[in-house]
Amino acid sequence: MASSGAAHISMSVLSTITLLFWAEFAHCNLNRRPSDALDTDFSVPVEHSFEIDDEPRFRRRGSLELRAGRESGVTISQSHLSEEDRSTLKEVAAVDGLYRIRVPRVSLQVDRQTEKQADGGYLTAFVKACALVESHLSDVITLHTDVTGYLIGVSIVTIPGTCRGLEVEDEVDLESFNTTLIVMAPVNAPMPETAGFIAALEMEREKKEKNPQEQKSFFAKYWMYIVPLVLFLMMSGAQDQSGGGNGGGAANGGGR
Amino acid sequence: MSWLKYGFAVCLYLLQCTDAVFEDQVGKFDWRQQYVGNVRFAFFETHSQASKKLLVATEQNIFASLNSRTGELFWRHVDKTGPEGNIDTLLVHGQDAVVVVGNGRLMRCWETNIGGLNWEVVLDPGNFLTAAFVGVQDHVKYVAVIKQSAISFHYLSNGHQKWIENLPDSDTVQYQTVYSDGQGEVLVLGVVPNSHIVVIAYNIEDGEIMKQTSVEAPWMSSLEESCVVVGEGVLLCVDPITMSLYTLPLNSETMADMNQILLQSLDLEVAAGFQPVLTATQPNPAHPPLASFFLQLGPEHHILLNLNDNGIITTLRDFKPSRLAAFATSGEKTVAGVMTPKNETACSINLFTIDTGRRLLDTTVIFHLEPNGGKPSNLYIQAFLKKDDSVGYRAMVQTEDFALTFLQQPGRVVWSREEALAEVVTMEMVDLPLTGTQAELEGEFGKKADGLLAMVLKRLSSQLILLQSWIGHLWKLFYDARKPRSQVKNEITIETLSRDEFNLQKMMVMVTASGKLFGIDSKSGSILWKHYLENIQPNSAFKLMVQRTTAHFPHPPQCTLLVKDQETGLASLHVFNPIFGKKSQISLPTLPRPVLQSLLLPLMDQDYGKILLLIDDQYKVTAFPSNKNVLQQLQEAASSIYFYLVDSSQGRLSGFRLRKDLSTELIWEVVIPVEVQKIVAVKGKRPNEHVHSQGRVMGDRSVLYKYLNPNLLAVITESTDSHQERSFVGIFLIDGVTGRIIHEAVQRKARGPVHFVHSENWVVYEYWNVKARRVEFSVLELFEGMELYNSTVFSSLDRPHPPHVLQQSYIFPSAISTLEATLTEKGITSRHLLVGLPSGGILSLPKMYLDPRRPEGNLEQSREENLIPYAPELPIRTEWFINYNQTVSRVRGIFTAPSGLESTCLVVAYGLDLFQTRVYPSKQFDVLKDDYDYVLISSVLLGLFFATMISKRLAEVKLLNRAWR
Repeated sequence: MASSGAAHISMSVLSTITLLFWAEFAHCNLNRRPSDALDTDFSVPVEHSFEIDDEPRFRRRGSLELRAGRESGVTISQSHLSEEDRSTLKEVAAVDGLYRIRVPRVSLQVDRQTEKQADGGYLTAFVKACALVESHLSDVITLHTDVTGYLIGVSIVTIPGTCRGLEVEDEVDLESFNTTLIVMAPVNAPMPETAGFIAALEMEREKKEKNPQEQKSFFAKYWMYIVPLVLFLMMSGAQDQSGGGNGGGAANGGGR
Repeated sequence: MSWLKYGFAVCLYLLQCTDAVFEDQVGKFDWRQQYVGNVRFAFFETHSQASKKLLVATEQNIFASLNSRTGELFWRHVDKTGPEGNIDTLLVHGQDAVVVVGNGRLMRCWETNIGGLNWEVVLDPGNFLTAAFVGVQDHVKYVAVIKQSAISFHYLSNGHQKWIENLPDSDTVQYQTVYSDGQGEVLVLGVVPNSHIVVIAYNIEDGEIMKQTSVEAPWMSSLEESCVVVGEGVLLCVDPITMSLYTLPLNSETMADMNQILLQSLDLEVAAGFQPVLTATQPNPAHPPLASFFLQLGPEHHILLNLNDNGIITTLRDFKPSRLAAFATSGEKTVAGVMTPKNETACSINLFTIDTGRRLLDTTVIFHLEPNGGKPSNLYIQAFLKKDDSVGYRAMVQTEDFALTFLQQPGRVVWSREEALAEVVTMEMVDLPLTGTQAELEGEFGKKADGLLAMVLKRLSSQLILLQSWIGHLWKLFYDARKPRSQVKNEITIETLSRDEFNLQKMMVMVTASGKLFGIDSKSGSILWKHYLENIQPNSAFKLMVQRTTAHFPHPPQCTLLVKDQETGLASLHVFNPIFGKKSQISLPTLPRPVLQSLLLPLMDQDYGKILLLIDDQYKVTAFPSNKNVLQQLQEAASSIYFYLVDSSQGRLSGFRLRKDLSTELIWEVVIPVEVQKIVAVKGKRPNEHVHSQGRVMGDRSVLYKYLNPNLLAVITESTDSHQERSFVGIFLIDGVTGRIIHEAVQRKARGPVHFVHSENWVVYEYWNVKARRVEFSVLELFEGMELYNSTVFSSLDRPHPPHVLQQSYIFPSAISTLEATLTEKGITSRHLLVGLPSGGILSLPKMYLDPRRPEGNLEQSREENLIPYAPELPIRTEWFINYNQTVSRVRGIFTAPSGLESTCLVVAYGLDLFQTRVYPSKQFDVLKDDYDYVLISSVLLGLFFATMISKRLAEVKLLNRAWR
């Protein structure tokens, strides 16, 4: 068995949650709604800020498109970076500044938009500007929601995430974002698996019943060896006792 | 066959885990101290001369009996915590002690000799006001209980209710006092504030109201605070505004008005702004109180007065200055004990007769105040008659720092108890310093080189000192060997403290809720120093940090205690030497603004002290210590210093970065809406934790790498909706630098209180399963996968791939009080979880049982990996209890510290009791056993050596002979 394959198999067999594929890629749990009733798109602005003096001044980077209905989900649409922005980004990267993004606190469920809109407040995250430049603007934005689908956090990482100090010569690489958007909702933590355990025990018992040979106890299986051995020991022991008694007496006598 | 194998494997695990204390090891490595808490009521048992019992009821809802000769506990009854178990009053008569519990919920009568329960009755609901014994014809037969609206009579012998009557006008009148002098009626006194006093006389036999009168008293607000009954039933009150005493004879037929006696007419004066206090004594509830009483006129001014039959008050003796005064009765004699300050550090206690105020000869006891202790707050006198009929006494002094000191004439401290230790809030363990000679050697390496010759000379001199101390040690051994063993005492004092070979003995620095700090030797449990911090608000939050360890000789170790007032948020620092308890002279930063967060950086100043940063509510940073060197270091490292703040009222977690000018900037924000769930706890990892193994070797010899993020925070939330189906517990793993949510999970149908441990690459939490009504454990483990992203260094900024999270849950068959994990020097030893149970046991649960990779079924590969097959229930084995029968009541916290031995972890459990022990999660693999057979091994070695010599010789001879042939 190949080593990596084995690991995956054993992990899934272990009935534990492997969170490799747990993130719902740009997909939101809206299927319950009858689709055609409310098919209005809703967009949430994504803003970013990168300044030499590190004072955040957020500008529009793009927007999250929330769609209701059967093909519900979240996608990101964003424009190209302007010439000016590109040069600023490179300058910020050179002084080890930060690239920040922020999204407003909203619910990702389109039908709930009306409820908690006027809440205000933003969720912010950052990445080193140099990492963004060196990765040629390929980043992963993750939106975290709570159990009700309300946004609680945002995170941004670049792939690769390092700052090696490489020069990005080609301006074209910094023109458009290559963004992967992930929406992460909380997973349900497992309960103690009593049912599975009992089923396994049952199976074990059934197997034993089917195979009576296995069920026999140790003594039942090997009595033909044990009985002669015990007999032999007893007989030799009886002999020893008569001889041993004398010997013991002598030993005691010697001790005095 | 596979079944057999399975069984065998299980047996193997059991063998591996079995690790209990042998009978002869009991008390060898562990100790326990039992406490009762701050004393509220204390009575000396007086019914016989030889009695040595002291009955106490405390703020911790404990009723206990102490041996007054030794200070040890005879017995102790621990009631529920909180207002439900609060002891309202304690009445002692003869061998009966009556306790009213939980705002008049229950009344219990205890037998004082063995602490057995005589009876217990449930009282009618209602706000408890007061209770008293009622005597009839020289015998105490009843207990009268006054509640908000009713008075009830109970037999003292069996607790049965004799009668219950409503109190008239209970919505306007505050009934506060009950009085009886052994005649046929009992008087209940109430007051309508600033209007009048109500006196109701009940017939003892049937509860009939005999008489009901009201007396004008427009100046009075509270009976309890300003009035006592003295003499033959005379109500005596004091009014600080008119500066006068009022008397009212309760037994006379016509109660007209209160008789006013101006204090001025007695030549007395109340200290400005002081509420005068009256103290009277009624030695036997079946007899009227005595005619003498104390009047306290100022913080240090008591007067012994007497009220004669004609209602005239005479001054018997004026005690000025005097700190405390108390009455004591032995047999027929009643005396008064008065404590007067002698000088700054000592007080003297004297006895006086109460009928004349004459000082009794030879009754002086000197009480020495501790240099860093609290002031005396209460005095309890135990009087006894000597053979020549003179009065002798012992005194117990209670101080503000919750300490009890028991004194005997002429001033010998018989025992003292530090009851502040019943409420330890946080602690640290600090290495002991090296001995003087070891330190000398260390110092030699520490200093700068100053020439070859000087260094040689220094080395020679230090070697000489070592030799000298070794000879001294030998001499001491030889000297002690001649003495009988019992006389050889290794007394531990601060001077003789030194680190032992394996660093198993440490200094426990304990911080208590009262603001008293203790230094306790971990080996013996003896208190080596104590320091009382005055002016600590109750409910303050404490954070204890070790800024400099003992390792930097000649710089003394340094601990910093951050005390934060919960209400105002203002904080103060107390810097001290953890070995000697002395306050450091270092200049402290001023903290005018509330402090939100403190962080101890791994950076050190030039004196090897770690830098402490304090962030105030304007996000300004204060560094301590703060000098040029520190500021320069901070500037250099500023861009890599991140910190987080948690505001649980808004559900906001925010991250900040330090700027070069020590200002901060907000860099990330996560907001968990408080309408759905509220943050209950946030925990990072312990900074002194070491992880030895980067990964886990799997059954097929591949390696699963752990996700070891030192900045990871575990955030636990609880749902605001407490409905059984909808309640949940949320678990968030958030990176404290980037604010990235690494993992987010909800445990459905669960409720707190959640206890959890966050360590290495795992989080273990415990919750209450609402649906199944049981306690469950869940474990989360994080793995990077089969290969590491960057194996040399971990950076939160450069880990783009989220870790794999494995989780599994188990049923735990007991409720738990607290949870902690063992900690060892290098992290090689396997981990155990230490679970404090409400039953008082401390369970050492192998982490192996809480492993999300426990397989279902018994696979070949998982056997190879030593994984236990999954079972939904975690076992509790009796041999896992590390405190065998030494139960730790109300365990609130467990502290673990590594020792110098990799196999050994030091454990301290604190709650009402203190318990210290050592645990060996992987057994003592690096120590030879106690019963190791040195003789055998050395004789075998010697034998082999000689055998080789002889055979070599023989072989030579043989060779020689062959050569000659």
